[in-house]
Amino acid sequence: MSAPAMGTTKTAHSDVAPKKKRGPGALATAYLVIYNVVMTAGWLVIAVGLVRAYLARGSYHGLYYSIEKPLKFFQTGALLEVLHCAVGIVPSSVVLTGFQVLSRVFLTWAVTHSVREVQNEDSVLLFVSAWTITEIIRYSFYTFSLLNHLPYLVKWARYTFFLVLYPMGVTGELLTVYAALPYVQKTGLYSVTLPNKYNFSFDYHTFLILTMVSYIPLFPQLYFHMMRQRKKVLCHVEEYKTE
Amino acid sequence: MIERREGWEGNDRANEGERDLFPQLKPGVEILDAKTKDKLCFLDKVRPLHKYYPQWYAARQSIRLDPKGKSLKDEDVLQHLPVGTTATFYFRDLGAQISWVTVFLTEYGGPLLLYLMFYFRVPFIYAPKYDFTTSKHWVVHLACMCHSFHYLKRLLETLFVHRFSHGTMPLRNIFKNCTYYWGFAAWMAYYINHPLYTPPTIYGEQQVRIALIIFLFCQVGNFSIHIALRNLRPPGSKTRKIPYPTKNPFTWIFLLVSCPNYTYELGSWFGFTLMTQCLPVAFFTAVGFIQMTVWAKGKHRSYLKEFRDYPPLRSPILPFVL
Repeated sequence: MSAPAMGTTKTAHSDVAPKKKRGPGALATAYLVIYNVVMTAGWLVIAVGLVRAYLARGSYHGLYYSIEKPLKFFQTGALLEVLHCAVGIVPSSVVLTGFQVLSRVFLTWAVTHSVREVQNEDSVLLFVSAWTITEIIRYSFYTFSLLNHLPYLVKWARYTFFLVLYPMGVTGELLTVYAALPYVQKTGLYSVTLPNKYNFSFDYHTFLILTMVSYIPLFPQLYFHMMRQRKKVLCHVEEYKTE
Repeated sequence: MIERREGWEGNDRANEGERDLFPQLKPGVEILDAKTKDKLCFLDKVRPLHKYYPQWYAARQSIRLDPKGKSLKDEDVLQHLPVGTTATFYFRDLGAQISWVTVFLTEYGGPLLLYLMFYFRVPFIYAPKYDFTTSKHWVVHLACMCHSFHYLKRLLETLFVHRFSHGTMPLRNIFKNCTYYWGFAAWMAYYINHPLYTPPTIYGEQQVRIALIIFLFCQVGNFSIHIALRNLRPPGSKTRKIPYPTKNPFTWIFLLVSCPNYTYELGSWFGFTLMTQCLPVAFFTAVGFIQMTVWAKGKHRSYLKEFRDYPPLRSPILPFVL
């Protein structure tokens, strides 16, 4: 699910109960602040790029090309977050984070980049916009949290915007994958057929269809998880005052 | 039988903030729900828990002294437990249980049958013109024999060799395990028995011969280890002892490895991979290796914890390496 990678229960939970946990050391915190600031800036660049391109062209069409490079760079850079969890400086599950980041990276490279014909689709703009807004909010949220100075507005945004952005992103992603299907089938992209030396076959077209199907069980679970988090975090704000 | 004690020292109820419904020092055993701390029953006579709650048969019960602690074992005796005049235990429902034997028979029976279905090219798997045909490659017949032998061996060992520590495991495991075994078996069998299968090309016949030797060697090895482990434990008991090499040379690997059954199992599948030169088989071997390494490390750790004199030269699964 490439939709707002909002992190796991643990990350969100730490907003609710200021419990004693051995968080990252001073050096790790400094690094994480820099990382999150850089990512916030990167996605802001993408946002600005989209707006400027729209104003310049006067249409929503083909805006992907104006932000293609920073999108690839910063979305791929998010792989570092898996490392952060593995090393322990971020208290999230490696598996969950890995899954979320990989699905984003998959869409960026294995679908949008690889199937040139879908790059002009409006669905691409749909998910890119959803990702952009989500990531700007998410990375600012982490930055402020690390500095122990989280404005309520940022917290509220992080736990509210997803209500619209998540379905928006999912729709964009699904439509993009769907648009890619005929081209993948025609060209046999990333597919291996029999006979071959290693007695293996892989049909990327079928794989993409299965990926789309997997959204059916996964999306509701993640969405309702976020809604539960929202209730927990935002409804306890009277008890735990954040500066 | 419960020891009578003066005063409240051994009685931990005061710390739990429960209401004392029985202010007198009444001997007996009370069972509380581990999550809600509701009193489930009070046993002052010898009467099992499931007489009060018939849905919680013995295999489902986890009884412990501390709500978050480890379960007591079946062999634990009330007299030897640190409890007061009225013993307080916490109960947790382990969920529906299923016997290990049932799980093993199902999870091993599937691959045996499924592979044969692919081998005989039962309809709806491959193109209709191939229905019920046989492969022209002799390595495909060999692979079928090896695969079938392997799972037949496992089934027979489940019935006649293994002595299980636990009677049951959670019911959901059977779905998880069967998906794994059946899924991989079908995936491998599909390619090996495919009309377009390509036999080993790198070293051809020699490769298959060596692979077969490795496979058979490891099958015998694996069986020897199972027998050795069985003989450590008298029938019906659940004792744990350090396994040592026996007269059988295949068990001499115990000098270097804690869980040689996994080592030999890895070797068998490595042999099978070499024999078939099939990437899905390599994947299966790799995944199995990872899982068995996790299990071997766990087993190795419990050996070290339980036995002071555990041989230091041993590694969990691969001599000196892992």
